[in-house]
Amino acid sequence: MFPNENGYYGAYGGRYVPETLMSALEELQAAYRDARADQRFLDQFDDYLRHYVGRPSPLYFAANLTRHAGGARIFLKREDLNHTGAHKINNTLGQGLLARRMGKRRLIAETGAGQHGVATATVAALLGFDCTVFMGAEDIRRQAQNVFRMRLLGTEVVEVEAGSKTLKDAMNEAIRYWVTNVEQTYYLIGSVAGPHPYPQIVRDFQSVIGRETRRQVVEATGRPPDCVVACVGGGSNAMGIYSGFLADRDVRLVGVEAGGLGLDTGRHAATLSKGRPGVLHGSLSYLLQDDDGQVVPVHSISAGLDYPGVGPELSHLKDTGRVLFTTADDADALDAFMLLARTEGILPALESAHAVAVAVRTAGSMPSSSTIVVNLSGRGDKDVETVAREVRQ
Amino acid sequence: MSTDRIALAFGGLRERGEKGLIPFVTAGYPDLETTERLVLGMAESGADLIELGVPFSDPLADGPVIQHASQIALTRGTNLARILELVARLRKRTAIPLVLMSYYNPILSYGPETLIAKAAGVGIDGLIIPDLPVEEAGDILALSDTLGVALIPLVAPTSGARRIAFIAERARGFVYCVSLTGVTGSGGRYSDQLTTMLDTVRAHTDLPAAIGFGIAEPGQARNLAPRADALIVGSAFVKRITEAGVNQAVAAAQELVQSLKRALAEK
Repeated sequence: MFPNENGYYGAYGGRYVPETLMSALEELQAAYRDARADQRFLDQFDDYLRHYVGRPSPLYFAANLTRHAGGARIFLKREDLNHTGAHKINNTLGQGLLARRMGKRRLIAETGAGQHGVATATVAALLGFDCTVFMGAEDIRRQAQNVFRMRLLGTEVVEVEAGSKTLKDAMNEAIRYWVTNVEQTYYLIGSVAGPHPYPQIVRDFQSVIGRETRRQVVEATGRPPDCVVACVGGGSNAMGIYSGFLADRDVRLVGVEAGGLGLDTGRHAATLSKGRPGVLHGSLSYLLQDDDGQVVPVHSISAGLDYPGVGPELSHLKDTGRVLFTTADDADALDAFMLLARTEGILPALESAHAVAVAVRTAGSMPSSSTIVVNLSGRGDKDVETVAREVRQ
Repeated sequence: MSTDRIALAFGGLRERGEKGLIPFVTAGYPDLETTERLVLGMAESGADLIELGVPFSDPLADGPVIQHASQIALTRGTNLARILELVARLRKRTAIPLVLMSYYNPILSYGPETLIAKAAGVGIDGLIIPDLPVEEAGDILALSDTLGVALIPLVAPTSGARRIAFIAERARGFVYCVSLTGVTGSGGRYSDQLTTMLDTVRAHTDLPAAIGFGIAEPGQARNLAPRADALIVGSAFVKRITEAGVNQAVAAAQELVQSLKRALAEK
């Protein structure tokens, strides 16, 4: 079972951080090990997932979308129906409870689309933490509604003007703040990225998606699905759902990265498809970088996928071939957004729309007796303005 | 052996009863030609060792001053290959110990073995990698030892006795003692743990201890001098260089070297 004791998933992972943070990571690892072995902690987490988040989230058979695609039966795992509108809350609740157990008073987080920021702000309000969220200036522009939501929840949103002004830069700034305030602060990372033990903690708290999905598919169809599709930015919703199926060798796992304006344009965020191993934000993993090892600017219409790195376990799963990675570009995502809206009456997050696009593409080439599950990781209300702007152009 | 230059510099300081000054400049800021003149000028004015910063797109341990300098250096095409050429030129003109400070990814991308071999070849004496804690540094340490470059580790006020012992035992060249919990250039609120940290370092190694982060003023240098073998000053130099402009950069940096060295000599 990954990771190994040093936080590696095969060749990837580890802890590449300033020395100032090393003790904090050791403390976190010990606290997490302790919490995982404590039934009261696990029960408390389950209780919140059930009564506060609204789990289990439904597995919905999308009959109209299936008819449109003309092939495999498409099921949607409705993480968009969770409280706060995305899968992010599973992890923020788990880590919030862990932070409280560790006696921390303040949460900090980075956010791209703002879904993780809102989920962190929500948990801060619920459990009584002070909270600061770092967000790139470009993302603040793209996701104004989520910024307002965070502020309503009592969280301070810090605008990050450095670099490309997106998720990567927000994470840089969050880490700098953490280095400065490490003793009082709990850094609540939102993806399966960052230094060990974060990729493990986030995967474990998100693994509820995979456990539920497997049970629900078997209930609905009598067997595991043929294929599971998830979008991949840092990779938390993907690892969450995959973790329920890694042992089912016959289940094809597909990861969809952001193709942006096209893989040939250089303006994309397809880390696993186009990157090579490197170190960013504390772990060794695939990375979009230039020949000198400088991290390159990335692009996606979806702020949540607009990230040059990816979680280390996904890098490992790419190398072993257990997960197949492909891309959907901005236009594919927009089409899928509209398609799901018109056929099923569901507005998906633009992140999740990437997965929908590939599921529809794939379903067409599969027999009608087969099944595909798409992790519909978030709802699209936050993206309505972006979509309206794109449709006008 | 190139590590001898670091040992010789600290040996000389000890003999003369002096404390060392280690200025940091970002290589390629404002341009590589100025960096070359800066190193020679600072060496001439009494700097004891110089840290050359390799610019990186995402410098996690740095405050705004060095972030900005790194960004400018990158837009001007600075990379490890050009920095190695610069060092080769410098080595013909100065014997001052030169230490490369680089985040891990540019090194990983270049190829650690090739890089360290070339660095040793052009006359780099040491390597500081702020995002490579000892646990991850095993291979790099073995390579550096084989090729004669000192892998200089950092200890932080949060490290605690067990980690400090572990780090100090694997230190080469000197031990970089971070004065505060924070990023570079954050103003002078030294950790309460500073004395304990230094005592623990000294209990586990005979190598010199240099204090860095947040040191900008001669007054601070005077206060810290009795506790360290050397002080590392980075953001203050970069800031001074920015304010002075390209033409006055060397004179401004030399002036700061002299005022800091004077402060270090005061009892």
